[in-house]
Amino acid sequence: MMRKAKEKPPNLAIKLAGISLKNPVMVASGTFGYGEEYAQLVDLNRLGAIVAKTITLKPRLGNDPPRIVETASGVLNSIGLQNVGIDTFINEKLPFFKEYDVPLIVSIAGETTDEYVQLAKTLQGEKITGLELNLSCPNIKYKRKLMFAQNPQATHQVVSRVRKAISLPLMVKLSPNVTDIASIAKMCEEAGADGVSLINTFTGMAIDVENRKPMLRQVTGGLSGPAIKPIALRMVYEVHKAVRIPIIGIGGIMTAGDALEFIIAGAKAVAIGTGNFVDPLIPIKVIDGIREYMVNNKIKDIKSIVGRLKCPKS
Amino acid sequence: MVQVDAKILENRELGSQRYKMALSAPQIGCQAKPGQFIHVRVSKGFLPLLRRPFSVHRVQGQKIEILYKVVGKGTEILSRKKGGEYLDILGPLGKGYQLPSATSKISDIILVAGGTGVASLLFLAESISVANPELSILVLVGAKNREELLCEGDFRRLGCRVEVATENGTRGYKGLVSELLEKCLPLSGDRPKPIVFACGPSEMLKMIGKISRKHRFPCQVSLEERLACGVGACLGCVVKTKGSTYTYKRVCKDGPVFDAGELIWE
Ligand SMILES: Cc1cc2nc3c(=O)[nH]c(=O)nc-3n(C[C@H](O)[C@H](O)[C@H](O)COP(=O)(O)O)c2cc1C
Ligand code: FES
Repeated sequence: MMRKAKEKPPNLAIKLAGISLKNPVMVASGTFGYGEEYAQLVDLNRLGAIVAKTITLKPRLGNDPPRIVETASGVLNSIGLQNVGIDTFINEKLPFFKEYDVPLIVSIAGETTDEYVQLAKTLQGEKITGLELNLSCPNIKYKRKLMFAQNPQATHQVVSRVRKAISLPLMVKLSPNVTDIASIAKMCEEAGADGVSLINTFTGMAIDVENRKPMLRQVTGGLSGPAIKPIALRMVYEVHKAVRIPIIGIGGIMTAGDALEFIIAGAKAVAIGTGNFVDPLIPIKVIDGIREYMVNNKIKDIKSIVGRLKCPKS
Repeated sequence: MVQVDAKILENRELGSQRYKMALSAPQIGCQAKPGQFIHVRVSKGFLPLLRRPFSVHRVQGQKIEILYKVVGKGTEILSRKKGGEYLDILGPLGKGYQLPSATSKISDIILVAGGTGVASLLFLAESISVANPELSILVLVGAKNREELLCEGDFRRLGCRVEVATENGTRGYKGLVSELLEKCLPLSGDRPKPIVFACGPSEMLKMIGKISRKHRFPCQVSLEERLACGVGACLGCVVKTKGSTYTYKRVCKDGPVFDAGELIWE
Protein backbone atom coordinates (compact mmCIF):
# COMPACT_ATOMS: atom_id res chain seq x y z
CA MET A 1 0.00 0.00 0.00
CA MET A 2 1.30 3.39 -1.01
CA ARG A 3 1.69 5.84 1.80
CA LYS A 4 1.57 9.49 0.89
CA ALA A 5 4.69 11.07 2.26
CA LYS A 6 3.83 13.70 4.78
CA GLU A 7 4.59 17.08 3.19
CA LYS A 8 6.88 19.31 5.17
CA PRO A 9 5.09 22.54 5.99
CA PRO A 10 6.37 25.46 3.89
CA ASN A 11 9.08 27.58 5.39
CA LEU A 12 8.06 31.19 5.96
CA ALA A 13 11.04 32.11 8.10
CA ILE A 14 13.46 34.69 6.79
CA LYS A 15 16.57 36.51 7.88
CA LEU A 16 16.27 40.23 7.52
CA ALA A 17 19.30 42.40 8.12
CA GLY A 18 20.59 39.78 10.54
CA ILE A 19 17.25 39.46 12.32
CA SER A 20 15.48 36.08 12.29
CA LEU A 21 11.76 36.43 11.57
CA LYS A 22 9.20 33.61 11.92
CA ASN A 23 7.50 34.95 8.84
CA PRO A 24 7.90 37.96 6.57
CA VAL A 25 4.85 39.87 7.82
CA MET A 26 5.44 42.85 10.07
CA VAL A 27 3.32 45.78 11.26
CA ALA A 28 4.32 49.27 10.10
CA SER A 29 5.40 52.18 12.26
CA GLY A 30 2.68 54.51 13.48
CA THR A 31 -0.15 52.11 12.81
CA PHE A 32 0.33 49.75 15.74
CA GLY A 33 1.16 52.17 18.56
CA TYR A 34 3.60 50.61 21.00
CA GLY A 35 1.98 47.20 20.70
CA GLU A 36 -0.17 47.51 23.83
CA GLU A 37 -3.28 48.76 22.09
CA TYR A 38 -3.60 45.72 19.86
CA ALA A 39 -2.36 43.05 22.27
CA GLN A 40 -5.90 42.16 23.34
CA LEU A 41 -6.96 41.52 19.75
CA VAL A 42 -3.90 40.05 18.05
CA ASP A 43 -1.46 37.36 19.17
CA LEU A 44 1.66 39.51 18.90
CA ASN A 45 3.91 36.45 19.00
CA ARG A 46 2.63 35.39 15.61
CA LEU A 47 3.86 38.54 13.88
CA GLY A 48 7.11 38.59 11.93
CA ALA A 49 8.12 41.78 13.70
CA ILE A 50 6.65 44.94 15.20
CA VAL A 51 7.87 48.37 14.15
CA ALA A 52 6.97 50.77 16.96
CA LYS A 53 5.58 54.28 16.45
CA THR A 54 8.39 56.69 15.57
CA ILE A 55 9.98 58.30 18.62
CA THR A 56 11.93 61.52 18.92
CA LEU A 57 14.31 62.91 21.55
CA LYS A 58 11.72 65.16 23.16
CA PRO A 59 8.05 64.27 23.48
CA ARG A 60 6.00 65.78 20.66
CA LEU A 61 2.42 66.98 21.02
CA GLY A 62 1.66 66.47 17.35
CA ASN A 63 -0.53 68.50 15.03
CA ASP A 64 -3.86 70.18 15.62
CA PRO A 65 -6.90 68.10 14.63
CA PRO A 66 -8.54 67.07 12.36
CA ARG A 67 -5.68 64.71 11.67
CA ILE A 68 -7.36 61.93 9.72
CA VAL A 69 -9.65 61.78 6.73
CA GLU A 70 -10.73 58.87 4.62
CA THR A 71 -10.37 59.23 0.83
CA ALA A 72 -11.18 56.86 -2.02
CA SER A 73 -9.48 53.60 -0.97
CA GLY A 74 -7.11 55.52 1.24
CA VAL A 75 -6.50 57.52 4.37
CA LEU A 76 -4.85 60.92 4.72
CA ASN A 77 -3.16 61.57 8.04
CA SER A 78 -1.29 64.42 9.62
CA ILE A 79 -0.50 63.10 13.08
CA GLY A 80 2.70 65.13 13.27
CA LEU A 81 4.74 62.45 15.02
CA GLN A 82 2.97 62.77 18.35
CA ASN A 83 5.01 60.55 20.66
CA VAL A 84 6.13 60.24 24.26
CA GLY A 85 9.83 60.87 23.58
CA ILE A 86 12.73 58.48 23.99
CA ASP A 87 12.99 58.54 27.80
CA THR A 88 9.36 57.66 28.44
CA PHE A 89 9.50 55.14 25.62
CA ILE A 90 12.37 53.30 27.29
CA ASN A 91 10.95 53.54 30.81
CA GLU A 92 7.27 52.95 30.18
CA LYS A 93 6.71 51.37 26.77
CA LEU A 94 9.66 49.06 26.27
CA PRO A 95 9.05 46.84 29.35
CA PHE A 96 5.76 45.71 27.80
CA PHE A 97 7.62 43.82 25.08
CA LYS A 98 9.57 41.71 27.58
CA GLU A 99 6.50 39.47 27.82
CA TYR A 100 6.56 38.75 24.11
CA ASP A 101 8.67 36.72 21.77
CA VAL A 102 8.54 39.01 18.77
CA PRO A 103 11.30 41.11 17.20
CA LEU A 104 10.88 44.79 18.02
CA ILE A 105 12.17 47.37 15.59
CA VAL A 106 12.24 50.90 16.97
CA SER A 107 11.61 53.75 14.58
CA ILE A 108 13.36 57.05 15.29
CA ALA A 109 13.26 60.53 13.80
CA GLY A 110 15.33 63.62 14.43
CA GLU A 111 15.44 67.11 13.08
CA THR A 112 19.20 66.95 12.64
CA THR A 113 21.76 64.26 11.95
CA ASP A 114 23.07 64.68 15.49
CA GLU A 115 19.64 63.92 16.90
CA TYR A 116 19.46 60.67 14.94
CA VAL A 117 22.88 59.68 16.23
CA GLN A 118 21.95 60.53 19.80
CA LEU A 119 18.70 58.55 19.58
CA ALA A 120 20.49 55.56 18.07
CA LYS A 121 23.18 55.57 20.75
CA THR A 122 20.60 55.79 23.51
CA LEU A 123 18.79 52.75 22.12
CA GLN A 124 21.93 50.70 21.47
CA GLY A 125 22.02 49.36 25.02
CA GLU A 126 18.30 48.55 25.22
CA LYS A 127 16.56 45.25 24.61
CA ILE A 128 15.44 45.88 21.07
CA THR A 129 16.01 43.96 17.86
CA GLY A 130 16.73 46.71 15.38
CA LEU A 131 16.37 50.32 14.39
CA GLU A 132 14.45 51.98 11.60
CA LEU A 133 15.46 55.51 10.65
CA ASN A 134 12.33 57.37 9.65
CA LEU A 135 13.73 59.82 7.14
CA SER A 136 10.39 60.30 5.51
CA CYS A 137 7.65 61.68 7.74
CA PRO A 138 5.71 64.16 5.60
CA ASN A 139 4.11 65.76 8.62
CA ILE A 140 6.93 67.50 10.33
CA LYS A 141 8.81 70.38 8.88
CA TYR A 142 12.54 70.02 9.08
CA LYS A 143 14.71 73.07 9.30
CA ARG A 144 15.96 72.34 5.83
CA LYS A 145 12.32 72.21 4.57
CA LEU A 146 12.96 68.89 2.86
CA MET A 147 12.77 65.48 4.43
CA PHE A 148 16.08 63.70 4.81
CA ALA A 149 14.85 61.07 2.38
CA GLN A 150 14.39 63.71 -0.32
CA ASN A 151 18.04 64.68 -0.25
CA PRO A 152 20.61 62.03 -1.28
CA GLN A 153 23.52 63.72 0.53
CA ALA A 154 21.55 64.20 3.75
CA THR A 155 20.43 60.57 3.54
CA HIS A 156 23.97 59.34 3.06
CA GLN A 157 25.28 61.44 5.91
CA VAL A 158 22.67 60.42 8.49
CA VAL A 159 22.81 56.74 7.61
CA SER A 160 26.59 56.52 7.67
CA ARG A 161 26.87 58.43 10.93
CA VAL A 162 24.27 56.26 12.65
CA ARG A 163 25.89 53.15 11.16
CA LYS A 164 29.24 54.09 12.71
CA ALA A 165 27.64 54.84 16.05
CA ILE A 166 25.79 51.56 16.60
CA SER A 167 25.90 47.86 15.81
CA LEU A 168 22.14 47.19 15.88
CA PRO A 169 20.52 46.05 12.61
CA LEU A 170 19.70 49.25 10.75
CA MET A 171 16.76 49.83 8.41
CA VAL A 172 15.98 53.08 6.61
CA LYS A 173 12.41 54.14 5.82
CA LEU A 174 12.17 55.92 2.49
CA SER A 175 9.77 58.48 1.12
CA PRO A 176 7.90 57.99 -2.14
CA ASN A 177 7.86 61.76 -2.62
CA VAL A 178 10.99 61.71 -4.77
CA THR A 179 11.72 61.40 -8.48
CA ASP A 180 14.15 58.49 -8.19
CA ILE A 181 13.69 56.32 -5.14
CA ALA A 182 16.23 53.76 -6.36
CA SER A 183 19.07 56.28 -6.17
CA ILE A 184 18.12 57.12 -2.57
CA ALA A 185 18.03 53.43 -1.69
CA LYS A 186 21.49 53.03 -3.22
CA MET A 187 22.74 55.84 -1.01
CA CYS A 188 21.45 53.95 2.02
CA GLU A 189 23.20 50.79 0.91
CA GLU A 190 26.48 52.61 0.34
CA ALA A 191 26.21 54.27 3.73
CA GLY A 192 25.90 50.89 5.43
CA ALA A 193 22.17 50.34 5.93
CA ASP A 194 21.13 46.70 6.45
CA GLY A 195 17.80 47.17 4.71
CA VAL A 196 15.33 49.68 3.33
CA SER A 197 11.64 50.03 4.19
CA LEU A 198 9.50 51.46 1.48
CA ILE A 199 7.33 53.31 1.36
CA ASN A 200 6.12 55.95 3.77
CA THR A 201 3.03 57.97 2.80
CA PHE A 202 2.53 60.20 -0.23
CA THR A 203 1.74 63.84 0.46
CA GLY A 204 -1.82 64.60 -0.52
CA MET A 205 -4.87 66.61 0.45
CA ALA A 206 -8.66 66.70 0.44
CA ILE A 207 -11.08 69.62 0.44
CA ASP A 208 -14.56 70.13 1.89
CA VAL A 209 -16.14 72.01 -1.02
CA GLU A 210 -19.22 73.20 0.91
CA ASN A 211 -17.04 75.22 3.26
CA ARG A 212 -14.04 75.55 0.94
CA LYS A 213 -11.89 74.29 3.78
CA PRO A 214 -9.15 71.68 3.87
CA MET A 215 -10.28 68.42 5.45
CA LEU A 216 -7.06 68.26 7.46
CA ARG A 217 -6.13 71.10 9.75
CA GLN A 218 -2.58 71.03 8.35
CA VAL A 219 -4.07 71.22 4.82
CA THR A 220 -1.80 68.43 3.52
CA GLY A 221 -1.06 65.02 4.96
CA GLY A 222 0.24 61.59 4.07
CA LEU A 223 -1.80 59.21 1.91
CA SER A 224 -1.81 55.50 2.73
CA GLY A 225 -3.94 52.46 1.98
CA PRO A 226 -4.93 50.52 -1.17
CA ALA A 227 -4.85 53.74 -3.22
CA ILE A 228 -1.04 53.81 -3.07
CA LYS A 229 -0.34 50.11 -3.55
CA PRO A 230 0.43 50.04 -7.29
CA ILE A 231 2.93 52.89 -6.89
CA ALA A 232 4.54 51.33 -3.83
CA LEU A 233 4.86 48.08 -5.74
CA ARG A 234 6.55 49.79 -8.69
CA MET A 235 8.99 51.43 -6.28
CA VAL A 236 9.87 48.12 -4.63
CA TYR A 237 10.43 46.67 -8.10
CA GLU A 238 12.78 49.53 -9.05
CA VAL A 239 14.71 49.45 -5.78
CA HIS A 240 15.10 45.68 -5.99
CA LYS A 241 16.90 46.10 -9.29
CA ALA A 242 19.21 48.71 -7.79
CA VAL A 243 20.32 47.32 -4.41
CA ARG A 244 21.31 44.02 -2.78
CA ILE A 245 20.17 44.81 0.78
CA PRO A 246 16.75 43.47 1.75
CA ILE A 247 13.60 45.47 1.14
CA ILE A 248 10.57 45.71 3.41
CA GLY A 249 7.60 46.37 1.13
CA ILE A 250 4.91 48.70 2.51
CA GLY A 251 1.89 50.41 1.00
CA GLY A 252 -1.75 49.40 0.95
CA ILE A 253 -1.34 45.74 1.84
CA MET A 254 -4.73 44.30 2.85
CA THR A 255 -4.53 40.68 1.69
CA ALA A 256 -2.07 37.81 1.25
CA GLY A 257 -2.29 38.46 -2.49
CA ASP A 258 -1.14 42.05 -1.97
CA ALA A 259 1.76 40.88 0.19
CA LEU A 260 2.78 38.27 -2.40
CA GLU A 261 2.86 40.93 -5.09
CA PHE A 262 5.40 42.85 -3.04
CA ILE A 263 7.44 39.72 -2.38
CA ILE A 264 7.51 38.77 -6.04
CA ALA A 265 8.46 42.35 -6.93
CA GLY A 266 11.47 42.06 -4.64
CA ALA A 267 10.49 42.60 -1.01
CA LYS A 268 11.94 40.11 1.44
CA ALA A 269 9.39 41.16 4.04
CA VAL A 270 6.26 43.28 4.08
CA ALA A 271 4.58 45.51 6.63
CA ILE A 272 0.89 46.19 7.20
CA GLY A 273 -0.05 49.78 8.05
CA THR A 274 -3.54 51.10 7.42
CA GLY A 275 -4.76 47.49 7.18
CA ASN A 276 -4.53 47.24 10.97
CA PHE A 277 -7.27 49.87 11.27
CA VAL A 278 -9.50 48.02 8.84
CA ASP A 279 -9.15 44.68 10.59
CA PRO A 280 -6.58 44.05 13.33
CA LEU A 281 -6.37 40.45 12.14
CA ILE A 282 -5.12 41.37 8.66
CA PRO A 283 -1.46 40.60 9.53
CA ILE A 284 -2.47 37.12 10.75
CA LYS A 285 -4.72 36.54 7.75
CA VAL A 286 -1.86 37.58 5.45
CA ILE A 287 0.51 35.10 7.13
CA ASP A 288 -2.03 32.28 6.82
CA GLY A 289 -2.79 33.26 3.23
CA ILE A 290 0.87 33.23 2.21
CA ARG A 291 1.25 29.78 3.74
CA GLU A 292 -1.79 28.52 1.85
CA TYR A 293 -0.44 29.97 -1.41
CA MET A 294 2.86 28.21 -0.83
CA VAL A 295 1.16 24.87 -0.20
CA ASN A 296 -1.02 25.24 -3.29
CA ASN A 297 1.91 26.21 -5.48
CA LYS A 298 4.37 23.75 -3.95
CA ILE A 299 6.71 26.48 -2.80
CA LYS A 300 8.88 25.12 -0.01
CA ASP A 301 10.61 28.29 1.00
CA ILE A 302 9.33 31.85 0.79
CA LYS A 303 12.84 33.07 -0.03
CA SER A 304 12.66 31.24 -3.33
CA ILE A 305 10.10 33.68 -4.76
CA VAL A 306 11.54 36.98 -3.53
CA GLY A 307 12.03 39.16 -6.60
CA ARG A 308 11.21 36.27 -8.96
CA LEU A 309 8.97 38.24 -11.26
CA LYS A 310 8.67 36.53 -14.62
CA CYS A 311 8.92 39.33 -17.16
CA PRO A 312 8.46 38.44 -20.78
CA LYS A 313 11.70 38.95 -22.68
CA SER A 314 11.59 41.85 -25.08
CA MET B 1 -12.33 44.53 24.13
CA VAL B 2 -13.08 41.77 21.63
CA GLN B 3 -13.52 41.37 17.90
CA VAL B 4 -16.56 39.32 16.93
CA ASP B 5 -18.71 38.45 13.95
CA ALA B 6 -22.05 39.52 15.27
CA LYS B 7 -25.32 38.40 13.78
CA ILE B 8 -27.73 41.17 12.89
CA LEU B 9 -31.02 40.46 14.62
CA GLU B 10 -32.87 43.46 13.30
CA ASN B 11 -32.20 46.64 11.34
CA ARG B 12 -35.29 48.81 11.50
CA GLU B 13 -35.92 52.26 10.05
CA LEU B 14 -37.39 54.62 12.61
CA GLY B 15 -38.19 57.26 10.00
CA SER B 16 -36.26 60.25 8.66
CA GLN B 17 -33.25 58.08 7.74
CA ARG B 18 -32.77 56.93 11.31
CA TYR B 19 -32.21 53.27 12.06
CA LYS B 20 -32.01 51.00 15.06
CA MET B 21 -29.90 47.89 14.68
CA ALA B 22 -29.85 44.98 17.09
CA LEU B 23 -26.86 42.63 17.11
CA SER B 24 -26.21 39.39 18.90
CA ALA B 25 -22.95 40.07 20.75
CA PRO B 26 -23.03 38.69 24.29
CA GLN B 27 -19.23 39.01 24.68
CA ILE B 28 -19.54 42.74 24.11
CA GLY B 29 -22.83 43.27 25.87
CA CYS B 30 -21.60 41.81 29.13
CA GLN B 31 -18.70 44.27 29.29
CA ALA B 32 -20.24 47.41 27.80
CA LYS B 33 -20.70 50.53 29.89
CA PRO B 34 -22.76 53.59 28.99
CA GLY B 35 -20.80 55.92 26.71
CA GLN B 36 -18.68 53.17 25.22
CA PHE B 37 -18.90 52.37 21.53
CA ILE B 38 -18.45 49.59 19.00
CA HIS B 39 -16.35 49.94 15.84
CA VAL B 40 -18.13 48.41 12.90
CA ARG B 41 -16.75 47.18 9.60
CA VAL B 42 -19.66 47.97 7.32
CA SER B 43 -18.25 46.25 4.25
CA LYS B 44 -16.47 42.94 3.84
CA GLY B 45 -14.34 44.53 1.13
CA PHE B 46 -12.33 47.72 1.36
CA LEU B 47 -14.92 50.30 0.34
CA PRO B 48 -15.28 52.17 2.55
CA LEU B 49 -11.94 51.39 4.07
CA LEU B 50 -12.33 52.42 7.68
CA ARG B 51 -14.69 51.18 10.36
CA ARG B 52 -17.49 53.36 11.68
CA PRO B 53 -18.02 53.94 15.42
CA PHE B 54 -21.46 53.74 17.06
CA SER B 55 -22.37 54.26 20.72
CA VAL B 56 -23.89 51.35 22.51
CA HIS B 57 -27.55 52.35 22.73
CA ARG B 58 -28.87 49.48 24.77
CA VAL B 59 -27.87 46.12 26.14
CA GLN B 60 -30.52 43.47 26.67
CA GLY B 61 -29.25 40.02 27.49
CA GLN B 62 -27.41 38.69 24.45
CA LYS B 63 -28.39 41.68 22.40
CA ILE B 64 -26.81 45.07 21.87
CA GLU B 65 -28.42 47.90 19.99
CA ILE B 66 -27.09 50.89 18.09
CA LEU B 67 -28.97 53.89 16.80
CA TYR B 68 -27.75 55.71 13.71
CA LYS B 69 -28.61 58.20 11.05
CA VAL B 70 -27.61 57.79 7.42
CA VAL B 71 -25.02 60.52 6.91
CA GLY B 72 -22.62 59.06 4.37
CA LYS B 73 -21.48 56.00 2.49
CA GLY B 74 -20.74 53.89 5.55
CA THR B 75 -24.09 54.39 7.24
CA GLU B 76 -25.86 54.06 3.90
CA ILE B 77 -24.37 50.58 3.42
CA LEU B 78 -25.24 49.73 7.01
CA SER B 79 -28.85 50.76 6.48
CA ARG B 80 -29.22 48.16 3.73
CA LYS B 81 -28.12 45.25 5.93
CA LYS B 82 -30.72 42.66 6.76
CA GLY B 83 -31.41 40.49 9.77
CA GLY B 84 -29.37 37.27 9.59
CA GLU B 85 -26.29 38.91 8.05
CA TYR B 86 -23.10 39.21 10.08
CA LEU B 87 -21.02 42.26 10.96
CA ASP B 88 -17.41 42.35 12.10
CA ILE B 89 -17.40 44.52 15.22
CA LEU B 90 -14.84 45.57 17.82
CA GLY B 91 -15.90 46.55 21.28
CA PRO B 92 -16.68 47.73 23.77
CA LEU B 93 -14.25 50.60 23.18
CA GLY B 94 -13.41 53.84 24.94
CA LYS B 95 -14.08 55.31 28.33
CA GLY B 96 -17.73 55.85 29.09
CA TYR B 97 -19.66 58.13 31.45
CA GLN B 98 -18.58 58.35 35.05
CA LEU B 99 -21.73 57.28 36.89
CA PRO B 100 -22.64 59.12 40.07
CA SER B 101 -21.77 56.81 42.95
CA ALA B 102 -24.66 55.06 44.60
CA THR B 103 -24.03 56.75 47.92
CA SER B 104 -23.46 60.29 46.72
CA LYS B 105 -26.16 62.72 47.74
CA ILE B 106 -26.80 64.83 44.72
CA SER B 107 -29.84 66.45 43.39
CA ASP B 108 -30.79 66.17 39.79
CA ILE B 109 -29.26 64.35 36.91
CA ILE B 110 -29.84 66.11 33.62
CA LEU B 111 -29.23 64.33 30.34
CA VAL B 112 -29.04 66.51 27.25
CA ALA B 113 -29.39 64.77 23.91
CA GLY B 114 -29.01 66.24 20.43
CA GLY B 115 -30.07 64.18 17.42
CA THR B 116 -28.72 60.62 17.50
CA GLY B 117 -26.57 61.64 20.48
CA VAL B 118 -29.52 60.33 22.43
CA ALA B 119 -28.23 56.81 21.72
CA SER B 120 -25.71 56.56 24.56
CA LEU B 121 -27.86 58.54 26.99
CA LEU B 122 -30.64 55.98 27.06
CA PHE B 123 -28.14 53.34 28.12
CA LEU B 124 -26.88 55.79 30.76
CA ALA B 125 -30.40 56.51 32.06
CA GLU B 126 -31.08 52.78 32.36
CA SER B 127 -27.86 52.19 34.27
CA ILE B 128 -28.40 55.09 36.65
CA SER B 129 -31.96 54.09 37.41
CA VAL B 130 -30.89 50.53 38.15
CA ALA B 131 -27.92 51.53 40.31
CA ASN B 132 -29.58 54.41 42.05
CA PRO B 133 -33.37 54.42 41.73
CA GLU B 134 -33.69 57.35 44.14
CA LEU B 135 -32.14 59.80 41.71
CA SER B 136 -34.45 61.89 39.62
CA ILE B 137 -33.46 62.18 35.99
CA LEU B 138 -34.46 64.99 33.69
CA VAL B 139 -33.90 64.36 30.01
CA LEU B 140 -33.79 67.13 27.43
CA VAL B 141 -34.17 65.77 23.95
CA GLY B 142 -33.40 68.00 20.99
CA ALA B 143 -33.88 67.58 17.26
CA LYS B 144 -34.43 69.63 14.12
CA ASN B 145 -38.15 68.80 14.01
CA ARG B 146 -40.71 66.51 15.61
CA GLU B 147 -40.13 63.73 13.08
CA GLU B 148 -36.51 63.44 14.13
CA LEU B 149 -37.14 63.19 17.88
CA LEU B 150 -35.91 59.91 19.30
CA CYS B 151 -36.43 57.80 22.42
CA GLU B 152 -38.85 60.11 24.24
CA GLY B 153 -41.08 57.19 25.15
CA ASP B 154 -38.17 55.02 26.25
CA PHE B 155 -37.04 57.63 28.75
CA ARG B 156 -40.56 58.12 30.10
CA ARG B 157 -40.94 54.39 30.59
CA LEU B 158 -37.83 54.50 32.77
CA GLY B 159 -39.52 57.12 34.91
CA CYS B 160 -37.48 60.06 33.65
CA ARG B 161 -38.95 63.50 33.22
CA VAL B 162 -38.64 64.47 29.55
CA GLU B 163 -38.62 67.92 27.94
CA VAL B 164 -38.35 68.40 24.23
CA ALA B 165 -36.84 71.06 22.00
CA THR B 166 -37.18 71.29 18.25
CA GLU B 167 -35.41 73.84 16.11
CA ASN B 168 -38.50 74.55 14.04
CA GLY B 169 -40.83 74.48 17.02
CA THR B 170 -43.00 71.61 15.81
CA ARG B 171 -42.80 70.13 19.31
CA GLY B 172 -41.90 71.43 22.71
CA TYR B 173 -39.54 74.34 23.15
CA LYS B 174 -38.72 76.15 19.91
CA GLY B 175 -34.98 76.44 19.67
CA LEU B 176 -31.83 74.63 20.65
CA VAL B 177 -31.74 72.04 23.37
CA SER B 178 -28.82 73.91 24.96
CA GLU B 179 -31.11 76.94 25.40
CA LEU B 180 -33.69 74.67 26.97
CA LEU B 181 -31.05 73.47 29.42
CA GLU B 182 -30.35 77.01 30.54
CA LYS B 183 -34.06 77.56 31.11
CA CYS B 184 -34.43 74.39 33.18
CA LEU B 185 -31.51 74.97 35.48
CA PRO B 186 -32.26 75.46 39.16
CA LEU B 187 -29.97 78.43 39.26
CA SER B 188 -30.71 79.94 42.59
CA GLY B 189 -31.86 78.78 45.96
CA ASP B 190 -30.40 76.05 48.11
CA ARG B 191 -30.72 73.25 45.63
CA PRO B 192 -27.43 71.53 45.04
CA LYS B 193 -26.06 71.72 41.56
CA PRO B 194 -27.16 69.13 39.03
CA ILE B 195 -24.84 66.79 37.17
CA VAL B 196 -25.18 67.12 33.43
CA PHE B 197 -24.39 64.49 30.81
CA ALA B 198 -24.55 65.54 27.18
CA CYS B 199 -24.16 63.91 23.80
CA GLY B 200 -24.78 65.44 20.40
CA PRO B 201 -23.21 67.58 17.68
CA SER B 202 -20.02 69.40 18.68
CA GLU B 203 -21.59 72.86 18.43
CA MET B 204 -24.20 71.81 20.96
CA LEU B 205 -21.60 70.32 23.31
CA LYS B 206 -19.53 73.45 23.06
CA MET B 207 -22.51 75.55 24.16
CA ILE B 208 -23.31 73.19 26.99
CA GLY B 209 -19.68 73.32 28.06
CA LYS B 210 -19.98 77.09 28.23
CA ILE B 211 -23.17 76.91 30.27
CA SER B 212 -21.56 74.47 32.68
CA ARG B 213 -18.66 76.82 33.19
CA LYS B 214 -20.91 79.79 33.74
CA HIS B 215 -23.15 78.02 36.25
CA ARG B 216 -20.39 75.84 37.69
CA PHE B 217 -22.01 72.45 37.52
CA PRO B 218 -20.18 69.23 36.72
CA CYS B 219 -20.72 68.18 33.13
CA GLN B 220 -19.61 65.21 31.06
CA VAL B 221 -19.80 65.35 27.28
CA SER B 222 -19.48 62.54 24.77
CA LEU B 223 -17.61 63.61 21.64
CA GLU B 224 -18.00 62.41 18.10
CA GLU B 225 -14.83 62.36 16.00
CA ARG B 226 -13.74 60.66 12.85
CA LEU B 227 -11.86 57.56 13.96
CA ALA B 228 -9.37 55.34 12.24
CA CYS B 229 -8.14 52.51 14.49
CA GLY B 230 -10.61 53.12 17.33
CA VAL B 231 -8.29 51.47 19.86
CA GLY B 232 -5.81 54.25 20.65
CA ALA B 233 -2.99 53.22 18.34
CA CYS B 234 -2.96 55.77 15.51
CA LEU B 235 -3.44 59.09 17.36
CA GLY B 236 -5.73 60.26 14.60
CA CYS B 237 -8.71 61.25 16.73
CA VAL B 238 -7.35 63.68 19.30
CA VAL B 239 -8.92 66.65 21.05
CA LYS B 240 -7.10 69.46 22.79
CA THR B 241 -7.28 69.25 26.57
CA LYS B 242 -5.89 71.32 29.40
CA GLY B 243 -2.41 70.55 30.68
CA SER B 244 0.49 72.71 31.74
CA THR B 245 -0.03 74.28 28.33
CA TYR B 246 -2.25 71.79 26.56
CA THR B 247 -2.14 68.14 25.56
CA TYR B 248 -3.96 65.99 23.07
CA LYS B 249 -6.14 63.15 24.23
CA ARG B 250 -7.55 60.36 22.10
CA VAL B 251 -11.30 60.46 21.66
CA CYS B 252 -11.39 56.71 21.05
CA LYS B 253 -9.41 55.66 24.12
CA ASP B 254 -9.23 58.49 26.67
CA GLY B 255 -12.82 59.42 25.67
CA PRO B 256 -15.27 59.60 23.99
CA VAL B 257 -16.63 60.95 27.29
CA PHE B 258 -14.71 63.89 28.78
CA ASP B 259 -15.27 66.34 31.58
CA ALA B 260 -16.42 69.49 29.83
CA GLY B 261 -13.98 71.49 31.95
CA GLU B 262 -11.04 69.47 30.67
CA LEU B 263 -11.56 70.35 27.01
CA ILE B 264 -10.16 73.31 25.15
CA TRP B 265 -12.87 74.29 22.69
CA GLU B 266 -11.53 75.81 19.50
C1 LIG C 1 -1.92 57.18 11.03
C2 LIG C 1 -0.57 56.84 10.48
C3 LIG C 1 0.58 57.14 11.21
C4 LIG C 1 1.83 56.84 10.72
N1 LIG C 1 2.94 57.11 11.48
C5 LIG C 1 4.17 56.75 11.02
C6 LIG C 1 5.33 56.94 11.82
O1 LIG C 1 5.27 57.43 12.95
N2 LIG C 1 6.53 56.56 11.31
C7 LIG C 1 6.66 55.99 10.08
O2 LIG C 1 7.77 55.65 9.68
N3 LIG C 1 5.57 55.79 9.30
C8 LIG C 1 4.34 56.16 9.74
N4 LIG C 1 3.24 55.92 8.95
C9 LIG C 1 3.41 55.32 7.61
C10 LIG C 1 3.18 53.82 7.64
O3 LIG C 1 4.12 53.17 8.45
C11 LIG C 1 3.26 53.26 6.22
O4 LIG C 1 4.55 53.46 5.72
C12 LIG C 1 2.27 53.90 5.27
O5 LIG C 1 1.05 54.14 5.92
C13 LIG C 1 2.01 53.06 4.02
O6 LIG C 1 1.51 51.78 4.35
P1 LIG C 1 -0.05 51.40 4.38
O7 LIG C 1 -0.63 51.82 3.08
O8 LIG C 1 -0.09 49.94 4.62
O9 LIG C 1 -0.63 52.18 5.52
C14 LIG C 1 1.97 56.23 9.44
C15 LIG C 1 0.81 55.93 8.71
C16 LIG C 1 -0.45 56.22 9.20
C17 LIG C 1 -1.66 55.88 8.38
S1 FES D 1 -8.80 56.42 16.19
FE1 FES D 1 -6.75 55.72 16.33
S2 FES D 1 -6.15 56.60 18.23
FE2 FES D 1 -8.23 57.09 18.14
